Amino acid sequence: MHQFIQQLINGLSLGVIYALIALGYTMVYGILRLINFAHGDVYMVGAFAGYYLARVLGGGSGAQGAWSFLLVLFASMAACALLGYVIERAAYRPLRRTHRLNALITAIGVSLLLENLGQLIFGADPKVFPELIPRTTVAVGAFEISNVQLIVVGTAVVLTLALQFIVHRTKIGTAMRAVSFSHDAAGLMGINTGRVISFTFVLGSALAAAAGILVGLYNPKIDPLMGIMPGLKAFVAAVLGGIGNIPGAILGGLIMGTAETFTVGYLSSTYRDAITFVILVAVLLFRPTGLLGTPQQAKF
Amino acid sequence: MLANTLRSNYLKAAAGTLLLAIGTLSCAPDDKTIRIGVFNSLTGGTATFGISSSQGIRMAADEWNAKGGLLDKQIELIVEDDQSKPEEAAMAVQKLINQNRVVAILGEVASSRTLAGAPIAQKSGIPLITPASTNPKVTRVGDFIFRVCYTDSFQGVVCARFAVQKLGLKRMAILKDIKNDYSVGLADYFRQNLLSLGAQVVSEESYSEGDTDFRAQITSIKAADPEGIFIPGYYTEAGLIAKQVAEQNLKVTLIGGDGWDSPRTAEIGGAAVEGAFFCNHYSADDTSRLVRDFVGAYEKRYGYVPDAMAPLSYDAANLLFSAIKRAGSTDGRAVRDAIAQTRDCPGVCGTITIDAERNARKPAVMLQIEHGQYKIYDVIYP
Repeated sequence: MHQFIQQLINGLSLGVIYALIALGYTMVYGILRLINFAHGDVYMVGAFAGYYLARVLGGGSGAQGAWSFLLVLFASMAACALLGYVIERAAYRPLRRTHRLNALITAIGVSLLLENLGQLIFGADPKVFPELIPRTTVAVGAFEISNVQLIVVGTAVVLTLALQFIVHRTKIGTAMRAVSFSHDAAGLMGINTGRVISFTFVLGSALAAAAGILVGLYNPKIDPLMGIMPGLKAFVAAVLGGIGNIPGAILGGLIMGTAETFTVGYLSSTYRDAITFVILVAVLLFRPTGLLGTPQQAKF
Repeated sequence: MLANTLRSNYLKAAAGTLLLAIGTLSCAPDDKTIRIGVFNSLTGGTATFGISSSQGIRMAADEWNAKGGLLDKQIELIVEDDQSKPEEAAMAVQKLINQNRVVAILGEVASSRTLAGAPIAQKSGIPLITPASTNPKVTRVGDFIFRVCYTDSFQGVVCARFAVQKLGLKRMAILKDIKNDYSVGLADYFRQNLLSLGAQVVSEESYSEGDTDFRAQITSIKAADPEGIFIPGYYTEAGLIAKQVAEQNLKVTLIGGDGWDSPRTAEIGGAAVEGAFFCNHYSADDTSRLVRDFVGAYEKRYGYVPDAMAPLSYDAANLLFSAIKRAGSTDGRAVRDAIAQTRDCPGVCGTITIDAERNARKPAVMLQIEHGQYKIYDVIYP
C-alpha cells in the first residue's frame, strides 16, 4: 500500500506536466478542429528558452531561487507565446480557408522544422537544466515528496486555475467559447475570430513553455527532440479526456501520468510508451469522444 | 565475320583491361596519405564519449605525423559522426569503406554502435579496432574486429567482487538499460558473480536510454530495501537516476561501470553522486610516466583532464599504426595479422596483449566520486 501511494505521487507529478501540454492541444482543437502537431516542439523551445535564461540568472536556496524560477517561467512563457503567434500567422492562417488536411500536414512540417532548427541552434547533445531551486525532500507521513514535485504540481494547479478564469470569466474567454461553438455565428456577432484564434495559440504555447520549465526543474535533461514523446502522450491525454474539453485534458493528463508510472513500477519499463497507445486504441474503440467529451455531429 | 567478332572482342577486352587499370589507378587512395576511418558519437546522448575518443585518436595521429608519418606517408583521419545512433553507425562505416576507401577503422566507443558497424568492416576485410566497446559479442563478429579494453565479463567480476568483498554489500539492486547491449550484458555478469559470492539481487528494474523519469523504478527498488544499486548505464541516465534516488531519501551505495566515465556524471548528478563508485580503464591520477605525459599533453591541448575514452582511443590508434608499420603495407589481411600478433604494446591504459579472441587483457580500476572529482580507490587485476 505504501509503495502504491508513493507511485501515485510519482504518477501525478508526471501527469500534471502532460496535462499542461494537453491543454494546448485541446484548446486549438476546440477552436480550429486542428491537431497542432508542432505543440510538443513548442514545449521543447520553452525548455531551451528557460535553460539559457536560467544559466544567466543562476539559482539558489530560498528567495533567490524562487525569484529566478518565476522569472525563468514567465520569460519562457512569453517567448513561446510569441512563437505560437508567429506559427499561427505564418503557417496556419494562410491555409484557413483550404481543406483541413492541408493545415494538419503543415503542422507536421512545422514540427519537423522546429526539431531540426533546434538541433542546429542548440546542438544535438542533451543539456542539463541548471538547478534553480536546490532539491530537498519533504516527508509527509511515511511518504517522500520532493520540494520540486510540490513546485511542479503547485505551478500546474495555479496555471490551470488561471486558464479556467480566463476562459470562463473574461471577455476574450467568452469569445473563445463562442468561436469554438461556431466560427460563422461568432463572426456575425462581431467577434474578431482571427484575433481569438491567435490568442488561443498564444495561451496554449505559453502553457507548453511552462510545462517545459517544470520538466527542466523536475528531470533536468533537455534536448531538441524531447518534445516528440511527451507531445504524443499529451495528445493521447487530450483524446482520452475528450478533445476540445479543458477539464478533460487535465483528467487525461493525470490518467496518462499515473498509468505510465504504474506500468513501469509494477510491470516493466519496456511497456512505458506502449501503454500510451493501448489507452489510445481503447478510447477510440469504446468511447471515441473521450471520457468527458460529448458526441457531436461532424461538420464538414 | 567470325574473325571480325573475335577481333572486336579482343579489342573490347583490351580496352576493358586498360579502363580497369586506369580505374584502379584513379580509385587507389591518394598516394601521399594513409587513410584511417574513425566513426564516433560527436553529437547525441553520449557525445562526450565520441568527442574525447576522436581527440585521443587525433593526438596519436599528430604525433606519428610529426615523427615522419607511417610507411613514409602522412596519416589522414576521416571522422564520421553517428549521432549516438546504431543505424547511423552502420551508415558511417559503409561510407568510410565504400566512399573514402579507408585502410582501417577506429571506433566506436559504445558496444551497440560497434556491433552495428563491425559486420560491414568484417565483410569488406577492413580491420576495425574499438577503443572501449566492452560487450563480449563485439569481437565475436569476426576475425577483423579487435578491442583494446577489457570485456564486460571481466568488468562484471570486478564490480561484483568490489561490492561484496571490499564494501561488504549483501543485498544489491540492479537498474539496467534494457535497450543497450552493454548495459544488459554487464548486468548479467554482475548478477552471476554476485550470486557466486554469496550475495543476492533483491530487485532488478530496467529503463530505456533517453528516459528522464526513473521514480517508478526507484520506488519499487526502495520497497526491496537494498544496500546498494548497480547502474550499468551511461552517464546521462546515471546522473539523473542518482538525483532521483536521493530525492526519495534512499540511502544506498551506487556502483556503475565505465559508462559513467564522463565529467557529465558529476555535473548532472551533483551532490547525489558523491561517494558513488564506478569501474574504469585508467585513472588520471596514475603517476606512471606514460599516463602523466598523456594527461599533460591532452590537458594542454583541449583544456581539461581526459576521461578514459581519450587514452583508450589513443592506445587503439597507436596499436593500429604500429601494426601497419610492422605489416609494411596497408593491405587489410596483412594489417589484421599484424594487429593479431600484438604483444606487450605499452599503452596509457596498461600494456596491451591481444589474445586469441582478439580481446585485450588488462587490469581495471575502481574510482570514487569525491567533490565532483574521480579519485582512484582500488586496482583489480584479471
